[in-house]
Amino acid sequence: MTGMATPLTGFLLVAALLFAVGLAGALTRRNAILVLIGIELMLNSANLNLIAFWRYGPHPEALTGMMFAIFSIAVAAAEAAVGLGLVIQIYRHAKTTDLDLMNRMKG
Amino acid sequence: MTFAFWLFAVLTLAGGLAAVLLKNTVHCALALTVAFAGLALLFLDLDAQFAGFAQILVYIGAVAILVVFAILLTRGSETPQEGVFSHNWFAGLAIAAAVFAVLAWAVLASAHVLPHEAAMPTVTVAQIGQALIGRYVLPLEIVALLLTAAMIGAVIVAMDEKERAK
Repeated sequence: MTGMATPLTGFLLVAALLFAVGLAGALTRRNAILVLIGIELMLNSANLNLIAFWRYGPHPEALTGMMFAIFSIAVAAAEAAVGLGLVIQIYRHAKTTDLDLMNRMKG
Repeated sequence: MTFAFWLFAVLTLAGGLAAVLLKNTVHCALALTVAFAGLALLFLDLDAQFAGFAQILVYIGAVAILVVFAILLTRGSETPQEGVFSHNWFAGLAIAAAVFAVLAWAVLASAHVLPHEAAMPTVTVAQIGQALIGRYVLPLEIVALLLTAAMIGAVIVAMDEKERAK
């Protein structure tokens, strides 16, 4: 496989593996905070893709991929704040963060 | 591929795997910090200094601390007796493996058209700042608004209901 020699392939594979790890965590963990951690890992792996394509793309001086990653970091920070606030409020209400026990829409 | 790339990739993936697999939730948050640090180092390896340091400031400085606070506020550090994984964990694992298989196949199948070694981009922080207040000024303002709204929203959502009634 001659294509394996390109550094971009390595970065993309690392990002894909990290995305799969985050997805597995978000789908299999019972604790709501651990599900949010999995989602953060997935967002981060997408950022790695954006930066890698910016670095090896034809026009890095246009800064497009870099800007996309920076805005993505800001949006992910806002998402984490609201998500963890929701988890804390759900914990106050249901006295648990176990998602397997939260199977009702009405309190 | 350089030695630094392999080192940072292994660090990131080990941190991510530990964050997903460990039983103690506080240990998971610490492993998540390691994964964030590995990603920041990968960004620096890609000559994206600004994004790398933004990653360190935002994720290690803010998000990781926020996660630890949430764990301690919800007594999430207590490991439940019935196990930490959901009862349908096998389906989740299968979906994640299938997604990775598709992504890896797409990357490897298109490896021959991906660009090879590119010249190191000479991007200074001044250029990034000028782009942010020039071409990207509207997204910047929207992100500022979003962060303000998210901050107020998170405070209101997490506020104690008794205090809200006052």
